[in-house]
Amino acid sequence: MKRLPKFLLSAAMVATMATSFSAVMAATPPDTLVQAWQSDDIISLDPAEVFEMNASEIIGNTYERLITYDIKDVSKISGQVAESWTVSPDGKTYTFKIKPNRKFASGNPITAEDVVYSLQRAVALDKSPAFILGQFGLTKDNMKDKIKQTGPLELTFEVDKPYAPTLVLYCLGNSVASIVDKKLLTQNEKDGDWGYNWLKTKYAGSGPYIMRDWKANEVLVLERNPNYEQKTPLARVIYRHIKETASQRLLLEKGDVDVARSLNPEEIAAVSKNPDITVQSAPKGTVYYLGLNQKNPNLAKPEVRQALKYLVDYQAIADTIMKSKGEVHQNFLPKGFLGAESNNPYKLDVAKAKELLAKAGLKDGFSVTMDTRSTAEITGVAQAMQATFAQAGIKLEILPMDSKQALTKYRARQHDIYIGNWGSDYQDPNSNADTFAANDDNSDNAKAKPLAWRNAWDPGPLTAKTRAAVMERDAEKRAQMYKELQKAVLDDGPFVIFLQQTEVAAVRKNVQNFVLGPSFSDNDVSQAKKN
Amino acid sequence: MVSAVMNGGGGHVGALRSFLKKVVQFVIVLATTLLGLVAVTFFIGRVVPIDPVIAIVGDRAPAHVYERTRQELGLDRPLIEQFVIYVKKAATGDFGNSVLTTNPVMTDIINVFPATLELATLGTIIGVIVGIPLGVLAAVKRGSLLDQFVRVLGLVGYSVPIFWLGLMGLLLFYAKLGWVAGPGRIDVTYSYLYTPVTGIVLLDTAMQGQWDAFWDAVSHVLLPACLLGYFSLAYISRMTRSFMLNELAQEYVIAARVKGLSEMRVIWRHALRNAAVPLITVIALSYANLLEGSVLTETVFAWPGLGQYITNSLQNADMNAVLGGTLVIGTVFVLLNLVSDLLYRLLDPRTR
Repeated sequence: MKRLPKFLLSAAMVATMATSFSAVMAATPPDTLVQAWQSDDIISLDPAEVFEMNASEIIGNTYERLITYDIKDVSKISGQVAESWTVSPDGKTYTFKIKPNRKFASGNPITAEDVVYSLQRAVALDKSPAFILGQFGLTKDNMKDKIKQTGPLELTFEVDKPYAPTLVLYCLGNSVASIVDKKLLTQNEKDGDWGYNWLKTKYAGSGPYIMRDWKANEVLVLERNPNYEQKTPLARVIYRHIKETASQRLLLEKGDVDVARSLNPEEIAAVSKNPDITVQSAPKGTVYYLGLNQKNPNLAKPEVRQALKYLVDYQAIADTIMKSKGEVHQNFLPKGFLGAESNNPYKLDVAKAKELLAKAGLKDGFSVTMDTRSTAEITGVAQAMQATFAQAGIKLEILPMDSKQALTKYRARQHDIYIGNWGSDYQDPNSNADTFAANDDNSDNAKAKPLAWRNAWDPGPLTAKTRAAVMERDAEKRAQMYKELQKAVLDDGPFVIFLQQTEVAAVRKNVQNFVLGPSFSDNDVSQAKKN
Repeated sequence: MVSAVMNGGGGHVGALRSFLKKVVQFVIVLATTLLGLVAVTFFIGRVVPIDPVIAIVGDRAPAHVYERTRQELGLDRPLIEQFVIYVKKAATGDFGNSVLTTNPVMTDIINVFPATLELATLGTIIGVIVGIPLGVLAAVKRGSLLDQFVRVLGLVGYSVPIFWLGLMGLLLFYAKLGWVAGPGRIDVTYSYLYTPVTGIVLLDTAMQGQWDAFWDAVSHVLLPACLLGYFSLAYISRMTRSFMLNELAQEYVIAARVKGLSEMRVIWRHALRNAAVPLITVIALSYANLLEGSVLTETVFAWPGLGQYITNSLQNADMNAVLGGTLVIGTVFVLLNLVSDLLYRLLDPRTR
C-alpha cells in the first residue's frame, strides 16, 4: 500500500508527459502563421538601412510607402500612403497628397510631416540603400529644400533632372522610402541619430503587421496592427530561423511550421508529392550570371566572351541542379521589367565555341579559375560548367570559398570568373542597366563600382545610352532603349547571364493567400489565412 | 596528542599552500592562454581575405558609405594599433558590437551560452551515467559479448558524423515515431509563457511553474542531449574500460580478492575508485568538447547556442563575434582543466 502514492505519482508524470508531447505534435495555432527560413542576413530592421532579402520582406509587411504597385503587374503604380500625386511640367517636382485619417500602429496620425521626416531621415542617415533616393541629387545639405511640407497632408519632392517619372515613383515605393512615425522616433532619438540605434531592433510603422519581437538567428514575430485600415486575417506571423533545410522539411511535414522557405530542389520535389503541401513559386528580379574579368587577357578577347556563352548547358542547369529555383534567362533585365527581353539565343554549342576560340588564337583552349560560393547550388552549377568548358579545351579550376571572401575578391577585381547573382534594387530597369551596362570610370580607384566596373569592362557608348534611357519620359521609347542595351550586353558584354531566379515556398494546404511577389519586399503575408 | 594535531595542521597548511600555488599558476596560464588566443584569432581574422565592411554595409553600398564604415571600424589604422586597441578593450570585457545582432558581443554570448550549457551538461550527465558502468562492465567481462558491444558502440560514436546521426534521429524519433519534438528549443506557442531568467529553459519554466512549457522544452532537448550524450559516453566508456583494465591488473586488487572481499566490492569500491581519478580529466575534457563542439548538433536542431552563434558569425564575417566566442571557449577550456586538476589533487593524495 505504501508504494501506491509513488506509483501514482510516476503514472501521473508519464501521463502528463504523454499528453504534453502529443500537444507538441499538434498543428501550429490557428491564428498564427509559422514559417521556417534562413534569416541570418538580417542585421537591422530600420527601413533606412535594410537592404537584404529577408529583412526587406519584413519591412514590406510592416511599413507603408507613398507608392506601391500591383505585384501581378508591376507597371500598375498606385498610392499607398499617398492619395494622389502630380508632376510639374518641367518633370522635376512631384507633389503628393496624403490619405487623410490614417494612423501609425502607435496611434499617432500619419501626416505630411512624417513623410518628409522619413525621406529626409533616409537621406541623412546615408546607409547602404540611401543611394536609391540620393541618385536624384538629394544630399544632407539640400534635402530640407528638396523635400518640403506644403500643407498638413501635402508635400513636394524635387529631383535634379527630369527623370522618367516611373523611376522616381518606383524608388519612392522602395523599402528605403518607408514612412516612419516621427513622433515616436523623436522620443527615442539619442545624440541626433534620428532614432537609428533604437529603430534597428524596434518598430515605428503603419503596415498591416507590427514587428513585435526579433531575436537574431532565432525568431522574428509579427503581430496584427490594430490601427491598420484592413484587419489582417491572422493575429500573428512567426518566422523561425532554421538553418538546416532538411530540418525545415521535417518541421513542415510534421505540421510544426506552415511554410518552409529554403528547401533545396530535391526537398521541393519530395514535398510536392505530399498531399498536405503545395509548392508555390514566383519569378524574382534576380539573375544568375558569370562575371568575366577583363583584366584577364584571355577573357578580354571578344571571341572568348562569346565562346563561353556557347559553353553553358543552360537548359540542363535549369532542369536539374536549379530545378524549380530558376528558369533560363540570358538578358540583364529580369522578366517583368519595362523593356525586358526574353529571347535566349545561346545554347550549348561546342563546335561553335571551338571555332570562336580558334579565331581568338586559343585553339587548344586555356586555363582559368572561377570563384564560387560554397553553397550546394552554386557549386553544382560551377561543376556543370567545368564539364562543358572542358569539351572545348578550357580547363576551369573551381575555387570554392566563403561568400564574403568571394565578394571581397570580386570587389577588388582579383577574380578570373565570378559566379553570382544580382537582384534589382527597385522595379525600374535602370537598376540593372546602371550596373550591367554602364561604367563611368574604369580606373582602379573609381568612385562608383557597378558590375561592369567589377569586371573591368568599359562599355563605351553604352554608358551614355544608359544615362539617356533614364531621362526618357516616353515609356515606349524608353523600353526600346533598354532592348538595345540588353542586346549589346548580350552580344559582347563580359557577362554570361544564365538564369532568372524563381523563389519557392512549400506551404501546407490549409494556408491560403500566402503570396510570393516579384521582389523580396513584395512577399506578402498580410492576407494569409488558415482553414 | 598535541604534536599529532600540530602535524595534521601542518599538513593542511601544506595542502592550502599547494592549492594557492595552483591557483596562482592557473591565473598565469589563463592570462597567457587568452592573450595567445586573442593574438592568434585577431591576426587570423585580419589576414583572412574577407572584408568585414561588406558584412555591415552589404554588397551594394556606394563607395563613400563603404569608406566611412571602414573608418568607423578603425580598419584604416595600422594592424598593430588595431590589435592594441582591441586587447585594451577586451581586457575590460568589451569585445565590440556584433555586426549581425548589433548587440555588444558580450551580451550576445551571455544570451546564447545558457542554451549550449544546458545541452552540453545534459549530454555529459548522460555520458557519465551510462558510460562509466558500461566501461566498468566491459573491463570486468573482457572479451565477452558485452565488451565487444561496448567497443563497437564507442567506435560508431567516434566515426559516424554527428550531423548525419542528428538528422537520422530527427527522422526516426520526431518525424516517424513522434516521440520527441522537432528542431528548436521550445515551441513558439510556449515561448512567451515564461520570462527568461537564467536562460536555461528547463530551469526557467520549472521555477515559474509553467509545466506545459517545461515538458515541451524537455521534449525538445531530449534528442540532441541524447545524441551528445552518446558521443560523450562513447569516449567515457572507452576510457573507463582501459583505466579499469589497468587497475584490475594491479596487485592491490589481487590482494583484496585474496582477503576474501566480494567481487562487487573489489570492482566498484577499490578499482573504480582509483580509476576515477584519471577519469575526471576525461569527463572534464569531454564536457569541454561538448561545449565547443556542439556546432553541428546546434545547426541540425536549430539550437540557438554558442556553436550556432559562432558558425553564423564566421559565415557572415562578423569578426568581433568570432573573436569573442573563441575567447569564451578558450576560457572555458582552461577553467575546466583547472577544475579537473584540482579534483585530481583532492582525490589522489600522491599528486599533492
